[in-house]
Amino acid sequence: MESLTLDRLQFAFTVTYHYLFPQLTMGLAPLIVIFKSLAIWKKDELWNEAARFWAKIFGISFLFGVVTGIPMEFQFGTNWAVFSKYAGGVIGQTLAMEGTFAFFLESSFIGLFLFGEKRLGQALHWLSAFLIFVGTWLSGWFIIATNAWMQHPVGYEIAADGSVHLTSFWSLVLNEWAIYQYLHNMGGALVTGSFAVAALGAFYILSKQQVQFGKMFVKAGVIAGCVSSIWMLFPSGDWQGKMVAKHQPVTLAAMEGLFDTTQGAPLVLIGQPDMEKKRLDNAIHIPNALSFITYQRWDAEVKGLNEFPEDQHPDNIPLLYYSFHIMVGLGTIFIAIMAIAVVWLWRGWLFESNWLLWILMLLFPFPFIANTVGWMTAELGRQPWLVYGLFRTEDGASHLVSSGNVMFTLIGFMGMYTVLSLLYIFLMLRRIEHGADELTAAAAAARGEN
Amino acid sequence: MELIWFMIVAFMLVCYVILDGFDIGAGIVHYFVGRNDAERAAVIRTIGPVWDGNEVWLLATGGVLYFAFPMLYASAFSGFYLPLIMVLWLLIMRAAGIELRHQLEHNHMWTSFWDFVFSLASILLAIFFGAALGNVIRGVPLNAEGYFFEPLFTHWGTTGETGILDWFTVLSGVVAFVALAVHGANYLAMKTEDELNIRARKVVGVGWYALVGVTVLSLWAVMYVRPTLLDNYYALPIGWLIPAAVVASLAAVKYFNAKGQDRNAFISSSVYLAMMLGGAVFGLFPLVLPALDPANSLTVYNARAGDYGLSVALLWWPVGIIIALGYYTFLFRTFKGKVKVGEEH
Repeated sequence: MESLTLDRLQFAFTVTYHYLFPQLTMGLAPLIVIFKSLAIWKKDELWNEAARFWAKIFGISFLFGVVTGIPMEFQFGTNWAVFSKYAGGVIGQTLAMEGTFAFFLESSFIGLFLFGEKRLGQALHWLSAFLIFVGTWLSGWFIIATNAWMQHPVGYEIAADGSVHLTSFWSLVLNEWAIYQYLHNMGGALVTGSFAVAALGAFYILSKQQVQFGKMFVKAGVIAGCVSSIWMLFPSGDWQGKMVAKHQPVTLAAMEGLFDTTQGAPLVLIGQPDMEKKRLDNAIHIPNALSFITYQRWDAEVKGLNEFPEDQHPDNIPLLYYSFHIMVGLGTIFIAIMAIAVVWLWRGWLFESNWLLWILMLLFPFPFIANTVGWMTAELGRQPWLVYGLFRTEDGASHLVSSGNVMFTLIGFMGMYTVLSLLYIFLMLRRIEHGADELTAAAAAARGEN
Repeated sequence: MELIWFMIVAFMLVCYVILDGFDIGAGIVHYFVGRNDAERAAVIRTIGPVWDGNEVWLLATGGVLYFAFPMLYASAFSGFYLPLIMVLWLLIMRAAGIELRHQLEHNHMWTSFWDFVFSLASILLAIFFGAALGNVIRGVPLNAEGYFFEPLFTHWGTTGETGILDWFTVLSGVVAFVALAVHGANYLAMKTEDELNIRARKVVGVGWYALVGVTVLSLWAVMYVRPTLLDNYYALPIGWLIPAAVVASLAAVKYFNAKGQDRNAFISSSVYLAMMLGGAVFGLFPLVLPALDPANSLTVYNARAGDYGLSVALLWWPVGIIIALGYYTFLFRTFKGKVKVGEEH
């Protein structure tokens, strides 16, 4: 294999794996703050115990996020040296700010948050939970701002040596693309976090291991899950889609599988792109809907792939198309299930409806998939560019690092991450089991007090 | 402007080496200080709340290096491809060792496995970091575009087709290994009591002789490999204070160790690390990555980013670092005092 292909594979593999953890921790962090606040506000020790329980899961996941995150910053230099020389002066700013403003904050307070409750007292412990939330969400901002600059470069000039120099700090940090991508992405993290809380609650109820806390988790997870799922479609998904339509029209065409420029373009629900014949096979679609959601006019013209030169097309259109459609499909299913769950909760039927609890429990892997394919849509959609419209992916790799060396490290990462996965699953299963005992003891203690 | 950022990067690197240095060092002497499961748990608890923050200095330094000297970041990271990726693996292993050990606190197989992983990864990291610094001092085979690639080892010599490892860089690795062992033992002496404290002091006492030995050897080797390192010292004689401080801090480590003043001994080994690194940086300036062919060397001038980016970062960087130092003070104060064997979190 060519070394460029391997560089891309290694980055894709390590970043996809890495992001399984931050999406969970960024989603759990605000929920833990809410549990902690409920505990203090309602003087309810049970919510405090819920916060402690999720803090332990947060702690393990946070560690895995940290250790798999370091390779991301390194790889810009190791595998993408030419790109780093070209754009380091710009994207290095946001990465350095992440280290300075977010990582110091998170790393200082994670120990206090996990192990310092007795030393700190409730008010300071709440504050450390809150600062962890701020830290994880700030970190997300800087990474999104970095990615947004690659999707939609702003505030730069081309210097004499051909590299890009920053000309406007605020354009970089408050890039229009970053704002909408952030709102969409953080909603996605909340979906993962709240679905995980609901799923574990459902498991505790169904297995009768810990019904009291199970109900608390399901209730919190379902309410947060419903709000965040709807947020993903409207307004954040809608905004994000309009950004793509405005700045990357060829990507929009590829995502939708639209080959020919069409007035009143249909919204495709399902179908298979045929790249040879340049058409969509077996398409099931809603007439005129794509035109409407993109331009708010049923007969608006949407440009198709054929409108753009081939060397500007994303290099893997079918994968991009499927990623996008899986994301949207899952998102729609999430809204439907969570809406039903909220109604059932409101009517008081939810905890008796085993079928719905089963669905909530089994649903937990799907937000991870939805977030992953969402990012695949963003990143495959950016191709063939590393920096959209400025710098092509094929020009960015380190040319003195041979393919044999990259394959060596790619295999190493795969082995390493396989071990990490087994460890994580083992520790999670153990935590879920022991957690039930701890929660039962806490529930008994709470009853004793009353 | 590039001068300020050069000093900032050097400052952050020194902070990283002193801070992560003591927890890597604790890993090196892990088995010497902690003789049983409970004692080793105590060793890990001394660094438990702080190691992650210490490691952030590496990431923050990397970030600053990236935007301030993008060419250096691109060149050094791709040139040191294999050792850097291995450093990543070691960092993952070490973090797992520290944080997963206490997940199954009463399972002896589990804890002894992670003790081993933690200690081994710490030892290898110290050697790798030392060897990396050795490579920078020796110089690397940069081409006219400013890139290079080195295999892990070739003929173990310092000229021609060099590898990451040769006799000089291995020696640098050994210096780092011994220096961080002493530094980590000083930290453990400061943070523990009774048996552990006595053993940690003993490690410092014995390790000190090795440290003096390898320091002298490495200074001689540097003169042999890169004699031009002294040019800056002749040009700016105030620089001679740095080697003087190296000698003084070494003496102070021994003095305070013998007196049982662990905190002062720890401060002394911190000064030693800062001065060794500072001495190399002072001698190399304005080079940031010397080439074996001097015409291709990367300097602060040809590796730097644009003016605007550098000046705008001078506004946010001090704010961020002052806030970070605030967190640090709070963190270290909250977890101040000695760690006792056998106590839970």
